Amino acid sequence: MLETIPLTLDAVRDVAKACFDDGWRLVTLTAVDTGEAGFDILYHYDKDLVMKHYRLSIPKETVVPSISPIYFTALLVENEIIDQFGICFSDLVLDFGGALYLEEEVRTTPFCKVSVAQKQC
Amino acid sequence: MFNMTKNVVSNLLHKSSTRLYPFAVRGHFEGFRGTLINNVDECIFCRTCMLKCPSQCITVDNKAGTWACEAMSCVYCGVCVDVCPTSCLSMTKEHRPVATERQTDFHQGSPKKKTKKVEE
Amino acid sequence: MARTILPFGPQHPVLPEPLHLKLVIEDETVIEALPTLGYVHRGLEKLCEVRDFNQMVQIVERVCGICSCLHALCYCEGLEQIMGIEVPRRAKYLRTIWGELHRMHSHLLWLGLFADAFGFESLFMQFWRVRERVMDIMEATCGNRVVVSVNVVGGVRRDLTAEQCQWIEQQLVIIEKEVRQLTTTILNDYTVKKRTVGKGVLSKETAYQLGAVGPMLRGSGWAQDARMTGYAAFDEIGFEPVVEHDGDCYARSTVRFRETLQSIDLVRLAIARMPAGETSVNVEGALEDDTPHPIAGGRAGTMQRFKRDKHARPADVPAPNLDLPAGHVAVKVKGKPDGEAVTRVEQPRGELMYYLKGTGAKYMDRVRIRTPTFANIPPLLAMLPGCELADVPVIVLSIDPCISCTER
Repeated sequence: MLETIPLTLDAVRDVAKACFDDGWRLVTLTAVDTGEAGFDILYHYDKDLVMKHYRLSIPKETVVPSISPIYFTALLVENEIIDQFGICFSDLVLDFGGALYLEEEVRTTPFCKVSVAQKQC
Repeated sequence: MFNMTKNVVSNLLHKSSTRLYPFAVRGHFEGFRGTLINNVDECIFCRTCMLKCPSQCITVDNKAGTWACEAMSCVYCGVCVDVCPTSCLSMTKEHRPVATERQTDFHQGSPKKKTKKVEE
Repeated sequence: MARTILPFGPQHPVLPEPLHLKLVIEDETVIEALPTLGYVHRGLEKLCEVRDFNQMVQIVERVCGICSCLHALCYCEGLEQIMGIEVPRRAKYLRTIWGELHRMHSHLLWLGLFADAFGFESLFMQFWRVRERVMDIMEATCGNRVVVSVNVVGGVRRDLTAEQCQWIEQQLVIIEKEVRQLTTTILNDYTVKKRTVGKGVLSKETAYQLGAVGPMLRGSGWAQDARMTGYAAFDEIGFEPVVEHDGDCYARSTVRFRETLQSIDLVRLAIARMPAGETSVNVEGALEDDTPHPIAGGRAGTMQRFKRDKHARPADVPAPNLDLPAGHVAVKVKGKPDGEAVTRVEQPRGELMYYLKGTGAKYMDRVRIRTPTFANIPPLLAMLPGCELADVPVIVLSIDPCISCTER
């Protein structure tokens, strides 16, 4: 099993800043649909070939603070998560508004088990 | 400035560095996954190849005894050959010739007749 | 000053795969670049819901054609970690050999495209001709040139006979000779240097903070490579990454060129050290000795660097398991995956990360793939402002874009 450190919504930015100052590199974010419980967003960090993972469990319709002001790499991943899962991120440095992969007129989110009909960010 | 002169002169005098296809054809190596063939006489229509195929291109009907493979959807991965219990599936090393329309490999075999055990 | 928006791509002679960049330029200098992806999005991650975990190996291989064996390797390693399967040592060595052959053919492909990016077409053809030998090796040993389909959960599907190993070593001698003949032309040519030195510079700090991976990071001075974590047979072979310090396009192409030569040596080393298999080639009287046989070709000096005390042979070699049917270098896989795992593998383009989650069904719950080009695109957006328009193809190509990986 994977060892993950639990994370709360308001600690996302602080943890990211602490990791950035400590020299950790952001590998990626993973979003998993856990059915009724909502979503799990995992943050994977790496430093000198050692990885650590944070898990953020949120119910649906939550707005997650974006870490792209701190880690520029996160913007592409967060845009992809907006497209695929319909989770909204606030303060994205470069926001495609759900048009990275999907066309503007598509309103369903492909990856959710029960698809969220509307996404308003 | 004359760094390349040696290269240029040796290339001029050397023979051609590529094979002169189509006059010289290399042929295929042994073990190349070219075409999928089914020796249908030994096939027991167990449908394992149909269940394991990643591209779902094989259709087997065990009642009627038919085995069909869509040659254009097949990715020639060879998983069906590995899992076939009777080893009736195999891959030859020549690849299929060019075709202009969808091709299905269809075989009709004789399904195993169920021998009824009569309980006395 | 007047600004123009110029579309770069999605069809461009220099790009192997479609990528669209909106370049905002002011008199030949690029001010900003905005990417648009999605031209080859196939939704392969979602297929995990309808294909069971064994069939996913074939799906995952087709995320990228150039590095397909390494995608399958990462996926299989993740599943083996979840299910607690121990892969036979011979299979690990075989996976290493095929992985390094993939790295060679990918770098040779890239070097050819790079030469083509600044117009040097004959060098492009020369590199691809050398690459054909590597493709011949893959065809003869795995059965296919590009998507080799040789990894399964639990091991590999094919084995290498002793004659095949000898033939591979002979081919490697020729490949090394031909690649070295091209060194001067790609690395020491005045025109090549004029087009690549000083272009697209990423300083050491910026490269790390922007999340660059692979040769982009190693070209800027960081000695980080996922092979150092010791997956497959790398914990026994030992490995040191190739590093350059300038951070420009020239440094990155030097890194990739030297990595090609290093891969040739790694394949030789792996073949020399490969243990006899669990079912070895001759079933009765199976070879029990694991002594490495002498390496044909190659330079003794290079080999010295890899000889270290910690890689001494283990004293007790397990007896070959003769119950497995001949020709399989894999263990039987039982059960369904239940759990999570994160695995990393070094692709030619950088570090590949997989997150796998299974819940005990035959379909995986989530397969998340983070490919290196996905991580290298933000640094590209930071590298482009300030460069000239004619340098854009060279800079875009120097990240080794594999957009089909990015958008699976």
